[in-house]
Amino acid sequence: MIDLAASSSPVQSGALVGAVLLEAFVLYVGYGALERVAAPIVEKITRA
Amino acid sequence: MELFGIALMTLALFVSFGFMVGVLFGFFGMGGSFLVTPALLVMGYPARVAVGSGMAFVFGTATIATLKHRDLGQVDYKLGGLMIVGTTSGIEVGSRVVYYLEELGLASSAIGVTYVVLLGSVGLFVTRNALVNDGGDDSGGSHHESDEEFDPDAIPPLAKRIQSYRIPPMMTVGGGIRVSLWLILAVAFATGLLSGFLGVGGGFVKMPAMVYLIGVPVPVAVGTDLFEIVFSGGFGAFTYGLNGGVDLSIVAPLLAGSALGARIGSAATGIVDEDDIKIYFGLMLVGGSIAVAFRQAGDYLGMDVLNTLSFALILLSAFMVSGAVIYSTITTMRKRSNAAATSAE
Repeated sequence: MIDLAASSSPVQSGALVGAVLLEAFVLYVGYGALERVAAPIVEKITRA
Repeated sequence: MELFGIALMTLALFVSFGFMVGVLFGFFGMGGSFLVTPALLVMGYPARVAVGSGMAFVFGTATIATLKHRDLGQVDYKLGGLMIVGTTSGIEVGSRVVYYLEELGLASSAIGVTYVVLLGSVGLFVTRNALVNDGGDDSGGSHHESDEEFDPDAIPPLAKRIQSYRIPPMMTVGGGIRVSLWLILAVAFATGLLSGFLGVGGGFVKMPAMVYLIGVPVPVAVGTDLFEIVFSGGFGAFTYGLNGGVDLSIVAPLLAGSALGARIGSAATGIVDEDDIKIYFGLMLVGGSIAVAFRQAGDYLGMDVLNTLSFALILLSAFMVSGAVIYSTITTMRKRSNAAATSAE
């Protein structure tokens, strides 16, 4: 289990929030790329 | 089989649950703590971890949904900043009211009753209003960008009256609406007061308040509400992180699902008809109010079965509403492409 929070200081807590923010950005960019690839396929399906 | 210290089955459950919450969050700008915290409590996580991880999840999902709404031109940063100022002061006063009621021994029952009545009445009001308006709009979808001039007929009567009070300084917000700065701060303070009093994020009050009291178009209200949640969620996650309440092994898979759901939900606000958004939002709140009533009754009577029933009801209404959002998006897209194909012929 990843539990950074067992003994947290403001720096560790800040790092935890930073990690969540980083994951959010990575996922946003990743899914954005996926959306560009999948959008024409989805459009084709909805037109069918 | 385990991945990152959690069973693969639990991981898949977190990702799918995150997806569903993400759709609702991106579409309505609410529902994170409403759904995630009770789910984690039911799964046996300690309250501190359930609330803290729920906050971190809300923070991450709100960031993704805000980015998507920003791409669609649906975030009003000026309004969002003012809402943060007003809401923060309101939360402070609201929490003091709770401490006062606690001294009188009335806090629990007063909060419970207010929560149920507020959820139910806002839900019924929004649904009724949307059903009344629904007949008059055949646009088959609406996508209002924040810089776009908004149809004055679409502004609710109460918002029109509020906009008529021209107390300087006046400012222009999403949809080209002119409204007094003091009135925005007053609305934000009132929603913050309720938020602090009820101990919830308050998206279910802020979104309708921006629509019905200030007159902001629905997609801009959702985007701006999410922008505000990025800050409140980030601050909440940091505070709970200090006390060991944030567990990344819970947040990471939930976020992996919600990131996709939030993109879909956010994009859907620009496709689905505005009144349909209101109907789904209202139904979700009515379902929520019945569920919270069951939970309050369960706590009061000491019957765990009512708490489980409450959670099942929340989950069911969230599942049905997120499914309806996706279905409505697909059918609207189909109608549009069929219409485009017909006109091309």
